Amino acid sequence: MYDMKALYQAKSVEDAVVLRLAHPEAQIIAGGSDVLVQMREGRRAGAELISIQTLDEIRGVSMEDDGTLRIGSLTSFSHITRDPLIQKYIRVLGEAVDQVGGPQIRNIGTIGGNTCNGVTSADSASTLHAWDAIVELTGPQGVRRQPIAEFYIKAGQVDIREGEIQTAILIPRESYENCFGHYIKYAMRNAMDIATLGTSVNVRLSADKKTVERARVAFGVAGPVPLRAAHAEALAAGQPVSLDLADRFARAVKEDINPRDSWRAAKDFRLHIAVESARRAFIESVKLAGGAL
Amino acid sequence: MSKSVGRSVTRVDAREKATGRARYTDDLCGREALVVKICHSTIAHGFVKSIDTALAEAVPGVVKVLTCFEAPDVPFPTAGHPWSTDPSHQDVADRLLLNRHVRYYGDEVAAVIAEDEVAAAQGVRALKVEYEELPFVLDVQEAMADGAPQLHEEYKNNILGHSDVRRGDYEAARREPGLIKVEGWYDTPTVQHCHIENHGCFAYEEAGRMVVVSSTQIPHIVRRVVGQALGMPWGKVRIIKPYIGGGFGNKQDALYEPLCAWCSAQVGGRLVKLECSREETFASNRVRHAIRTHIISYVRPDGTLAARKFESFSNQGAYASHGHGVNAKGMNAFPQLYPCPNVECDSWTVYTNRPAAGAMRGYGIPQAMFAGESHIDDICRAVGMTPLEFRRKNLMPVGYVDGFSKNELYHDTFNQCMDKGIEAIDYLRKYEAYKNQTGPIRRGVGLAVFWYNTAVWPISLESSSCRMVLNQDGSLQFQTGETEIGQGCDTAYSQMVADAVGIPFEHVHVVSTQDTDVTPFGTGAYASRQTYIGGFSIMQTALALRERILNIAHEQTRMPVSNLDLVDGQIVRKSDGRVLKSLGDLATESLYSLEHSQHITAETTAQIKSNAYSFGCSFAEVEVDIPMCKVKLLRMVNVHDCGRLINPALAEAQVHGGMSMAIGYGLSEELKFDEKTGKPLNGNLLDYKLSTFMDHPTLEAAFVENPEPTSPYGTKALGEPPACSGAPAIRNAVLNATGVAIDCCPITPHVFYRKFCEAGLIEE
Repeated sequence: MYDMKALYQAKSVEDAVVLRLAHPEAQIIAGGSDVLVQMREGRRAGAELISIQTLDEIRGVSMEDDGTLRIGSLTSFSHITRDPLIQKYIRVLGEAVDQVGGPQIRNIGTIGGNTCNGVTSADSASTLHAWDAIVELTGPQGVRRQPIAEFYIKAGQVDIREGEIQTAILIPRESYENCFGHYIKYAMRNAMDIATLGTSVNVRLSADKKTVERARVAFGVAGPVPLRAAHAEALAAGQPVSLDLADRFARAVKEDINPRDSWRAAKDFRLHIAVESARRAFIESVKLAGGAL
Repeated sequence: MSKSVGRSVTRVDAREKATGRARYTDDLCGREALVVKICHSTIAHGFVKSIDTALAEAVPGVVKVLTCFEAPDVPFPTAGHPWSTDPSHQDVADRLLLNRHVRYYGDEVAAVIAEDEVAAAQGVRALKVEYEELPFVLDVQEAMADGAPQLHEEYKNNILGHSDVRRGDYEAARREPGLIKVEGWYDTPTVQHCHIENHGCFAYEEAGRMVVVSSTQIPHIVRRVVGQALGMPWGKVRIIKPYIGGGFGNKQDALYEPLCAWCSAQVGGRLVKLECSREETFASNRVRHAIRTHIISYVRPDGTLAARKFESFSNQGAYASHGHGVNAKGMNAFPQLYPCPNVECDSWTVYTNRPAAGAMRGYGIPQAMFAGESHIDDICRAVGMTPLEFRRKNLMPVGYVDGFSKNELYHDTFNQCMDKGIEAIDYLRKYEAYKNQTGPIRRGVGLAVFWYNTAVWPISLESSSCRMVLNQDGSLQFQTGETEIGQGCDTAYSQMVADAVGIPFEHVHVVSTQDTDVTPFGTGAYASRQTYIGGFSIMQTALALRERILNIAHEQTRMPVSNLDLVDGQIVRKSDGRVLKSLGDLATESLYSLEHSQHITAETTAQIKSNAYSFGCSFAEVEVDIPMCKVKLLRMVNVHDCGRLINPALAEAQVHGGMSMAIGYGLSEELKFDEKTGKPLNGNLLDYKLSTFMDHPTLEAAFVENPEPTSPYGTKALGEPPACSGAPAIRNAVLNATGVAIDCCPITPHVFYRKFCEAGLIEE
């Protein structure tokens, strides 16, 4: 039994925008795997809800004419993992979201909800940051697109403006072409857990597979919001593939990350794991890209 | 006799449970029930100065608000122990329904009764509680120090209990020249049982009596406690225990049955229900005692033990519950498991401002085995012996008799169990192969044994009662006071009944529900006693029923009783084996006889004046990823000698469950508390890391079946033993892999990080 004040069922994206404007205090609910838990805990007790759950128009993965990969915000984790476009172009995203919760949660949880929550530990977030994803929002003024790094304002807060709902996550062609990535979820158990640290690395190698053209790395739980490690990326760009490069790349991530001390994990421990994870994820990405180490 | 016992028959409740038809406490509660929600304290220690209930009472749907200022000042005990008529052996009565003096973060200060769950929760949130805060203490040894915050006036230095063991002369013996001293401190965590079904109950008055339906392991004990708490004659209380979704000892305590009954009484006996959330289960039910253990062993270079010292400090939390019995059990295992002529043992149980610790699967033995078996491997390193060699040399020998319990080790159980484990896991080869590894990823194998005993004689009452009622078709119903809590005793008992009476298994109907109005007296499910203890009354009652049946058979067949037998539901003439009539024909004739109608029943109480050792061991193989501070459990094997197996498939399942618990205990589970506030930090199933299937290897269970001579069925404890030795086996496997001796569980990545930094295996 949930302490719910009202439930408004959106019939279309346009209708959702109208409802958002009419009920500015209301909470959007998609899969419900976060919102309902919070209501049960009393944190959102007495809330008004706008449900967008039945809006099939923003569900599913597709390829746009210019090669942009479009992931509808309501696409569930299990659909993302099994989607052929995802498997072909950004397989690591499917692997990352396959580590969310358990099977039931992955069937109801959506990538839109995962990102709109604004939490640093979201399993999709570090990979979306590492692949320069674009967030699409639809509001009274139409569609607005924004790099994901700007979408995250601070812990628990994202840039959704009055009347808006998130409608898609976009991965531009330039971002995924010839890129191979690996995600390491570091958690205290092998299922049903949130990340102590999430590390997502991807690389694009030269045609002869001997040089790193571009390496990108993003972390979850290394700061209040997911973040990229620019120093490490700059260090690796244009360098010959080697295990030594993996070590230097990994150590360089310490320049950019700032995990905190909490009862969940100590800062020095998180830093240590971040370096080791970056090293392993880099090596794995290079191997996936056809590089020899 | 044995046709059913020893076979893996399908559980009698399998279909009901698999199809969702089995009805648990909440399924039985009427829809008109009022809902009780508890207001828990948000400080760890202090006094409630006032509670403003006005806003809560104004919430639509709130029926009544009850606070600690209205609750009766009648302290009661909660432990699920048999009552003692000797006041000096009675459980400590330190609990009230609601508390003005709050002693832990989560203590009960008020209750809101409302028409539904939402209104009740809103009511609780609307209460304004004003506290006078007192200093609090969470650590067991700090709580014993002079000047520490005092929880219960009459227990100086917060010491609830202390007991000791003295053998020989420790001080003199340790001065023998040439001894090697091995010393260690070992810490075990506060963990919670995490049964699937949270505790819940509902209460109502009927004909001037209080009825409580509860998810409990101990209905007859709860009846007594509700009577004590409410000041009611025990006969005016009726407890009903339907199917329950696990207990593991948490429900071997009166939890919220007394409060729920009192709430009902306060609203004119209306039906009220009280269901714990998972968060309340963690913070405000019972937990396993965190125990800190200090062991010193003086060992001769040949690996024999000259003198040993043992001290254990048990964190009781805020209320006595099962109290010192848990720690004392662990301590008493110490001098028995590795007998040594000169021993000094002391154990203390100490109140702290944490949730009350009570019974939990293993009852002090998982703690004692983590410390003791870790220490044995530390000794092995110090004296240069293998863990196997040392154990073979020093473990309790065959023929050992414990003077107090009269328990005897009749068989070479330890060696037989270890041999089976060694073969299963290829221990000898792997132990050697893993000795001198280098590099980031290393493997190891570890072994730990455990000591356990069955039931509670001679410390407490052991008796069991059983009733059997024969039907017209030759089938029967039987009831015992021992309870099905998921472990499968309904099935094991049905097998025992079938064989002892002499009827087919299919003709046995177990009455699963205990109802204190109709079920024979029994103290319930705990101490791994069900199969052992229940076996006595089942055998005795079956013999009484057979006697009645054969006497009636004599009336009906003219044959003397001495020439009659009941075999597989048929009355047989022994001299020629001829079937004279079926039991069904006999029963029908008997019940409807116009001359001498008889309802055929039997009911007896068995007195049990024995107890039985139940021993075994665990083997673990691990792969440690040093830079990632992670361990992967590759193999785990438990070997048990629990006597003759009544149902091998159920026994195996019991072992799997215990191993799973041991894995969590060893690697991931710990309820943590905020040092600044005393608040539980991770009291939910996301942050409390109960292990999942993904964290388990294939669990392997093996058995050595030495029949237990004191049991009518040759059986003994298997409920708790599987949870006792897994954690130290994993710890010892990590030692074999890395050379790092961990001194606490759970061995989480945080612990690995600290230890690997200290050992220089990773750079800080």
